[in-house]
Amino acid sequence: MKIIVCIKQVPDTTDIKWTENNTIQREGVESIINPFDVYAIEEALKLKRTIPDVEITVLTMGPLQAETMLRQAIALGCDKGVLISDKKFAGADTYATSKTLAAAIKTKLQDFNLILCGQFAIDGDTAQTGPGIANQLGIPQITFVKELKECNNGSVCAVREIEEGLETLKVELPALVCVLKGIDETTRPKINGFIKAKNAEILNYSMEDIGLTPEETGIKGSPTFVSKAFRPEHNRGECAICKDCSELAIKIKEFGGISYE
Amino acid sequence: MSNIMLYAEVTKENFLHTVLFELAYKAQELSKKLNNADVSALLICKTGLAEEFKEAFINSGFDYVYIAEDDRLANYSTELYSKIAVDVINEIKPEIVLIGATTQGRDLAPRVSSSLHTGLTADCTGLDINEKGQLAATRPTFGGKLMATILCKTMPQMATVRPKVFKPAPENIVKDTKFIYIKPNIDNIETKVKFVEFVKGVNTAINELDSAEIIVAGGKGMKNEAGFELLKNFAESIGACVAASRGAVEMGLAPADIQIGQTGKTVTPKLYIACGISGAIQHIVGMQDSDKIIAINTDEKAPIFDICDCGLVGDVFEVLPNLTNNFKSK
Repeated sequence: MKIIVCIKQVPDTTDIKWTENNTIQREGVESIINPFDVYAIEEALKLKRTIPDVEITVLTMGPLQAETMLRQAIALGCDKGVLISDKKFAGADTYATSKTLAAAIKTKLQDFNLILCGQFAIDGDTAQTGPGIANQLGIPQITFVKELKECNNGSVCAVREIEEGLETLKVELPALVCVLKGIDETTRPKINGFIKAKNAEILNYSMEDIGLTPEETGIKGSPTFVSKAFRPEHNRGECAICKDCSELAIKIKEFGGISYE
Repeated sequence: MSNIMLYAEVTKENFLHTVLFELAYKAQELSKKLNNADVSALLICKTGLAEEFKEAFINSGFDYVYIAEDDRLANYSTELYSKIAVDVINEIKPEIVLIGATTQGRDLAPRVSSSLHTGLTADCTGLDINEKGQLAATRPTFGGKLMATILCKTMPQMATVRPKVFKPAPENIVKDTKFIYIKPNIDNIETKVKFVEFVKGVNTAINELDSAEIIVAGGKGMKNEAGFELLKNFAESIGACVAASRGAVEMGLAPADIQIGQTGKTVTPKLYIACGISGAIQHIVGMQDSDKIIAINTDEKAPIFDICDCGLVGDVFEVLPNLTNNFKSK
């Protein structure tokens, strides 16, 4: 079975600082693999442990530095890394991003059974790129997946966590699955994983390599654009510090609308 | 005549999801800025169900409701629902399409927008019409640290909106709603995804926290299981739901499904009481839109005090039992 895991390099949002002009300071901010994409890698590795002949390719669109992240994924147990990198990809929204990733899969990784994505990316938090890729490839999708149950080359059973409970769906492969945080412990890279990662060849493709034009990618190929960005305000004012529990209890009653007959 | 179309989601229990009424009231406001554009709904459901919802549509200001009914549509299916939505949108050509950011909406919307080759802005917290008559959709990014207003160059302009972000109309807006039945064109679709089973409410925390009026959340400061017991007792005494920070979940004090924050849930209760939670940004983004926030923490410099309405500097192990007694004795 051939699995593609799509991953994204995101700024560590705990580490974001503001410039004097109220824009986000991007220089010097540490980059990490989007945590939900790590869960997608986990699911892929879990399948690899239970099914024979699983090959995992990690795919990302990003700057050249994103290669480091692909090597991290290989250290965890993935087999190959593919980086789609081109200056013309800059400013892509979810539509253009999914089109670009789908084009890379169509031209360079067409022999696949399953695509795994994280449900959200913690920087954009749109949850749109996965379904967009599935649509571009004309394959079915299952989103909000907590667990991939049975799996063979013919089909996958996925348990979705939705508002009302747990829904199990079965899908014929090829398909795309977006995963939430799973139930397994996070894998830690092993020593031989680091060695494998260091020596692994990362394939690098440009826009022309995957058959796209400048009009179809990046900011030009994006239907949406940011017209304004600003710092959120909370208008709670100063925090009122209570001197004791009975004062706090009064506030809890007032704010919570708690009344006793 | 321009048209604002809302997706009317049907829940597993065959009710209209309440986010529709929140979107409907917002759509009335947007309509006024678009020369009274029509407000319409798209309803996809099993045969006969639409009849039950007609009064709700009439009372919520809808000019048109497009109904695709079929027994094959009894369960939400990405493949069938997105095909129908794309067909209806191509036929009606609305300028704006709004969808609730529920799991169903977030599954459907990107599939539809991708098929229509148009833009979709996710999880908006603000919607407006700008001076050029475009939909200006505002949403938080970077874990809530930055707000961005997003415009769309293509039609329709699509957006998803989280439930409880907008308020429903305070009273009925009665319209002479026209109900238009559409024959779904799904005969030739061989669905690849098959429904296996649905287990209701295994994960009730999702539901309860979404609708909770008061949430009492515990962090690392709850220290141990006994501490978390104190928290639960207090929550019970005021009829609140229990939640946890990532720290508490990682310490094994609470299950992951009640974790609030960036990698957990986002909640907007009337009152959020943070106990022994320092207030890391990853936690704050999951609860900052609560109406009121109260914090109890030993460290007066804890960042949680920067974003709360009211707080008490003190040890949760003393404060919580005291509060529980206070409320229980009433």
